[in-house]
Amino acid sequence: MVENPDAATAAVIINPADENRTVQRLRAAFPSLDIPALLLRGQAWAVVPAALVVEVCTFLRDDSQLRYEMLLDVTAVDLLPAAPRWEVVYSLLSLSRNERFRLKVLLSDGPDPIVPSVSGVWRSGNWYEREIYDLMGIHFSDHPDLRRLLMPEDWVGYPLRFDHPLGGEEVGFTS
Amino acid sequence: MMTETRITESDDGRTALIERPDGHGDADLMTVNMGPQHPSTHGVLRVILTLDGETVVNAEPEIGYLHTGIEKTIQAKRYEAGLTCTDRMDYLSPLANNLAYCLAVEKLLELPIPERATWLRMMLVELQRIASHLVWLGTHALDMGASTPFLYCFRERERVLDLFEELTGQRLMTSYIRFGGVEQEVPDGWLGRVRDFVDEFPAHVDEYESLLTNNGIWRERLIGVGVIGAEEAIAWGMTGPCLRGSGVDWDLRKKAPYCAYSELDFTVPVLTAGDCYSRYLCRVAEMRQSTRLVVQCLDRLPGGPIRSDNRKVVPPPKDELSSSMESVIHHFKLLTEGMKPPIGEVYHAVESPRGELGVYLVSDGTNKPRRCHVRAPSFANLQALPRLCKGHLIADVVAIIGSIDIILGEIDR
Repeated sequence: MVENPDAATAAVIINPADENRTVQRLRAAFPSLDIPALLLRGQAWAVVPAALVVEVCTFLRDDSQLRYEMLLDVTAVDLLPAAPRWEVVYSLLSLSRNERFRLKVLLSDGPDPIVPSVSGVWRSGNWYEREIYDLMGIHFSDHPDLRRLLMPEDWVGYPLRFDHPLGGEEVGFTS
Repeated sequence: MMTETRITESDDGRTALIERPDGHGDADLMTVNMGPQHPSTHGVLRVILTLDGETVVNAEPEIGYLHTGIEKTIQAKRYEAGLTCTDRMDYLSPLANNLAYCLAVEKLLELPIPERATWLRMMLVELQRIASHLVWLGTHALDMGASTPFLYCFRERERVLDLFEELTGQRLMTSYIRFGGVEQEVPDGWLGRVRDFVDEFPAHVDEYESLLTNNGIWRERLIGVGVIGAEEAIAWGMTGPCLRGSGVDWDLRKKAPYCAYSELDFTVPVLTAGDCYSRYLCRVAEMRQSTRLVVQCLDRLPGGPIRSDNRKVVPPPKDELSSSMESVIHHFKLLTEGMKPPIGEVYHAVESPRGELGVYLVSDGTNKPRRCHVRAPSFANLQALPRLCKGHLIADVVAIIGSIDIILGEIDR
């Protein structure tokens, strides 16, 4: 990200989230993985490899001490020109424990960034992943119905990508 | 030998598998297009219905007709300008959108808010909840063929909008909640008019209820229609009255109190049947609770400033500009460059009239958000539509769409 000395408050220190219970459980369950975890403003997130996202999500949903029953949201962040370019962000909520957690997957730039779909773990994932596919061009493998959601079917390109021009579209009805 | 048509669920829960006594299965299915200009879709929603006679086998929502790229617009503008875009997402509760966005930015900045502003914010979003629920109730009843409640509901909603207009200059796109507080002080006598409204309003809710709650047709149309259990509602990501109507006691004002909701006395209506009627009762009860909350806000509204004096975020008052060079500099910097939150990311959610409205902000330290994503409650709620409609009659689709109270503006963004 761009360093900016003029930020309104002093540069924030993003702390490691090693104390977070979810992070501890996650690291204990996947000992072979290196799971970086951070904490900012009381909100913790962890980064997991794309290939394991379904296993991790199933664990987070089913583990008796975590029980993240609800997938609140999935979105993606385009960090161009940084590498890796893409962050897919899953917002999880445990209603029984009243706790939230963010899971991130990093994807590098390429013609088809791809990540396994979590719509088999939480049903709500279906449309969120379609929206990301539609607007950002990230593919979700094993998704039951990966079509455009908001844009017209014949649209070319992915409008929410950082390098997609703003207002660069031709107006349809001019005369 | 099977004697009636049996409808079971496919593995992904989205379509019904149909077994008919004559063994014809899918052969006689008919596809009907509903919308996008259908009056009961509350906006521009298209639903592709697959029907077996009058029974709905599948109802596939098609969205995107109101997609205006609001997230892209917010990311292309400064933080301050993004605020006006949030009004235009959930156009029936712009103040709740303002609040979610402001709270997210303020969390990123760690900006404290004056107490008076916090209480004004709560009062306004509760009035907004009443206004939003009134539109829902009026249009829902209209869809069901009852035209009188619509007139009554809009009569009271108009009073709330008049209050908003007097305070903010706008009936709908208020942009009144700003970073660090609210935009301006309340006009003389305004609080008194709010009190007049909330004093009278419970009687009006009784009036709506006398028209609907025990009305035979209303009950017939809603009870047992669009039933969803707690576990499924959670799996679909449903929030707000749709979740509470299914027996889950989940309200962010209680579970993750923002503003000063932890100091207020109110109850969260929870109903267990999970049908359209439960969702109706839940929202009606919420209107009564919101009225209580507004009364408490009026009673306890503290004095003091309405906006933070952090000059890196809030422009100085106009009269300071003629006397203080520092204020001129702050004013100039803010209006030419805008404020620059520190690098980081936050998610903040509020309980909008429709459920959890969350804003996910990623800052790269510049004056524009790198990513601003809105978690719209209607988006998740609408996604469950095929599940809710399956096996019901085609006329019930209208009741179900009405009962989940969707706003296409925030679904499509």
